[in-house]
Amino acid sequence: MLKQYETVFIATPVLSDAQMKEAVAKYTKLITDNGGEIVYEEDWGLKQLAYPIQHKTSGFYYLIEFKAEPDFVGKLETQYHRDERIIRYLTVALDKDAIAYAEHRREMRAAAKNAPAPVVEEAPAEEVEADIEPEEIKED
Amino acid sequence: MAQNPENNGIRFLNPPTVEVRKKKYCRFKKAGIKYVDYKDPEFLKKFLNEQGKILPRRITGTSLKFQRKVAAAVKRARSLALLPYVTDLLK
Repeated sequence: MLKQYETVFIATPVLSDAQMKEAVAKYTKLITDNGGEIVYEEDWGLKQLAYPIQHKTSGFYYLIEFKAEPDFVGKLETQYHRDERIIRYLTVALDKDAIAYAEHRREMRAAAKNAPAPVVEEAPAEEVEADIEPEEIKED
Repeated sequence: MAQNPENNGIRFLNPPTVEVRKKKYCRFKKAGIKYVDYKDPEFLKKFLNEQGKILPRRITGTSLKFQRKVAAAVKRARSLALLPYVTDLLK
């Protein structure tokens, strides 16, 4: 029976975009080749680490949600461990609350992407007006 | 002079102030949150002190069930370098 998992890995910041894509492709292929299926992928991009890992202060984060046999997680983690590009990884089994949360999160992120905040445009205009007023007073 | 038996006859110039504490509550139970996400460090920071230590239940008011989940989520976030293990002046 397939179980749902979620894995996050951190790749070294020295990788180029192409190398990063290749690394991601390797792990998605590994999942699908072992009878799993990808539910969702998310690229967090280059992020600052909260503390240095292997003398590196930043890394590429990548999240994959997938369904696979429980035996597969061990295989995936050995692959992570052998891969020098990966500096940290975490795989977590998702229970029913976690799956519900993950779906909700996906919807929220999709909604945020489709509707970029238009409120931002108004704020600078007000600031400009505020800047002009003190100048006028100085001239007097 | 009427004597108040509760104060043993002592009369105060100002009535003694009784601190009314706000009742603590579990924010997860109140908001109906069922899963604590380790991928959201900004949310988890509400349960940490300035050194990045997990705050006790007696301060945050979290129920035992969710305190365990918060603790697990914070530890996962730490291992992914989303939160520091030790620090000064978090937040």
